[in-house]
Amino acid sequence: MQSLKQQWFGNVRGDILSGIVVALALIPEAIAFSIIAGVDPMVGLYASFTMAVIIAFAGGRPGMISAATGAMALVMVPLVREYGLQYLFAATLLTGVIQIIFGYLKIAKLMKFIPNAVMIGFVNSLAILIFMAQVPHFIGISTMTYVFVGVTLILVYTLPRFIKVIPAPLIAIILLTIVAIFSGVDLRTIGDLGTITQTLPSFIIPDVPFNLETLQIIFPFSLSLAIVGLVESLLTAQIVDDMTGTESNKNQEARGQGIANIVTGFFGGMAGCAMIGQSVINVKSGGRGRLSTLIAGLFLMFLILVLGELVVKIPMPVLVGIMIMVCIGTFDWTSFKYLAKAPRTDAIVMLTTVIIVVWTHDLSKGVIAGVVLSAIFFVVKISILKIQQDGSRYIVNGQLFFASTDSFVDYFKYNDITSKSIQIDFSNSRIWDDSGVGALVKVEDLLREKGIQVDVIELDAPSKKIISKLQGMSSSH
Amino acid sequence: MYKRILLAADGSENAVRAAKEAIKIASCDSETVIEVVFVADFEKSKSDVLHSTSSEALNLERRKKISKIEQLLKDSKVNYKVNILHGAPGPEIVKYANEQQVNLVVIGSRGLNGLQEMVLGSVSHKVMKRVNCPALIVK
Repeated sequence: MQSLKQQWFGNVRGDILSGIVVALALIPEAIAFSIIAGVDPMVGLYASFTMAVIIAFAGGRPGMISAATGAMALVMVPLVREYGLQYLFAATLLTGVIQIIFGYLKIAKLMKFIPNAVMIGFVNSLAILIFMAQVPHFIGISTMTYVFVGVTLILVYTLPRFIKVIPAPLIAIILLTIVAIFSGVDLRTIGDLGTITQTLPSFIIPDVPFNLETLQIIFPFSLSLAIVGLVESLLTAQIVDDMTGTESNKNQEARGQGIANIVTGFFGGMAGCAMIGQSVINVKSGGRGRLSTLIAGLFLMFLILVLGELVVKIPMPVLVGIMIMVCIGTFDWTSFKYLAKAPRTDAIVMLTTVIIVVWTHDLSKGVIAGVVLSAIFFVVKISILKIQQDGSRYIVNGQLFFASTDSFVDYFKYNDITSKSIQIDFSNSRIWDDSGVGALVKVEDLLREKGIQVDVIELDAPSKKIISKLQGMSSSH
Repeated sequence: MYKRILLAADGSENAVRAAKEAIKIASCDSETVIEVVFVADFEKSKSDVLHSTSSEALNLERRKKISKIEQLLKDSKVNYKVNILHGAPGPEIVKYANEQQVNLVVIGSRGLNGLQEMVLGSVSHKVMKRVNCPALIVK
């Protein structure tokens, strides 16, 4: 890992330029995610400012961008709708606390237990949900709305061929906002959905009663937010690790996310996390160090202070077009090949994750369901136990534990064994638990009743150990 | 002769043919080193990470793409080393060639992505235009 000085000042020129590019690309997303969450655009913009600035210092993955995100916005929708903004700030604080605890509990290790299928399902359902959130803003409003969405999409996909320095969404926003103002077409603007205040965020204490009831309201949301934020942040960290060919401290990142969320909650922002898309933009634009993240946050705030009154004039269809581009970029398009080629069980886990997220609008529920389902599939897979007969020798293939004892016992119960003396060969097997030992004892008793002599052979050391441990226990009774 | 030869590899058949030509040249001089460069494309990083179980597995997956070339190099007993770089394939190869001051670049005429090549112009074309040393494009 690089020294702290390297992480900050190893790439000053590249970091400053890429930080500016990211700030420009962040503004439309921060606004769009605020609209998804049902809060004022300022809540997402303040969050993006504080998240980026704090994570620049506290994070474990230099060059990664954190801000207000769609994944988090989706989780907080019901909280904002039913209890209001102050409860969102309180939930953001609690999210931070939970994430710091997770960080100290070495959550990064646990992340390895989330299978690929679940992660693929995560990004795909995120893309689907962000797209679904855009639908009410462009379907069935007016013909001009469709035209502006279409033109935005054409611009954001063709401009990068010719102009590489300035992010295409920004050019599309400036161009189409000017067109909309001067042509006088009737389009909904960001100003219709919220206000932009040109002031720095200030320290606030969430205006909620500090009691058990409040905790009961916000805790489920905070837990979901903490899980979703860490899943996306640690996935993004892996992607940045891969792109830069460097390593990062994932547990420090988890704690950093927590600290950033606590600060964000105190400064009137919504909970955030790392962003895959923006981090990729940062690295591609030459950003590598902590400075890039800091510049992104500072420059974003500067732009809002200077240009705030222009931001409200941006037509909604343009923002929708940009968000559709974000969805297309977020979706994992190799998934279709994956569905055809991957093992059936993996494909089912991926689809289940997507279905549950789209159903519940909560990414954390999809992740948990996906992990549980794949764990069940795993147990089913390793519980397959086959016995092969070779003369008077019966060779056990597979693991003998609570889920496989039935097939082991049934084999000896229902097969006609003719020889008077047999060997059960465990060279391709291992006994894992008390059920396994119990099954072996049962089979020995069963065969002894039929007058068959049994020899258990080729047991490995761990299996012998568990047998002697458990039998020693039973004999002492 | 050429002391350092950069061989661009992407897992395509053309890259294998390019490797064979590079070996012919390297065989002339026992001091020549072939530097195999494989660029892990930024654009594919997200899906690569999503579809691999660990960074070690992903690294192995990438090494597999150039295993055929590595085998050829091993069999022909030339000196070689393998570099996996990260970035956009064309510019990254050019940067490596110019910074490391290699003496020759050997690259296949077209890589894996035929469609992208038609739209954006091929990697080999970009490399040929921008490297400071001679380039050999292998059909």
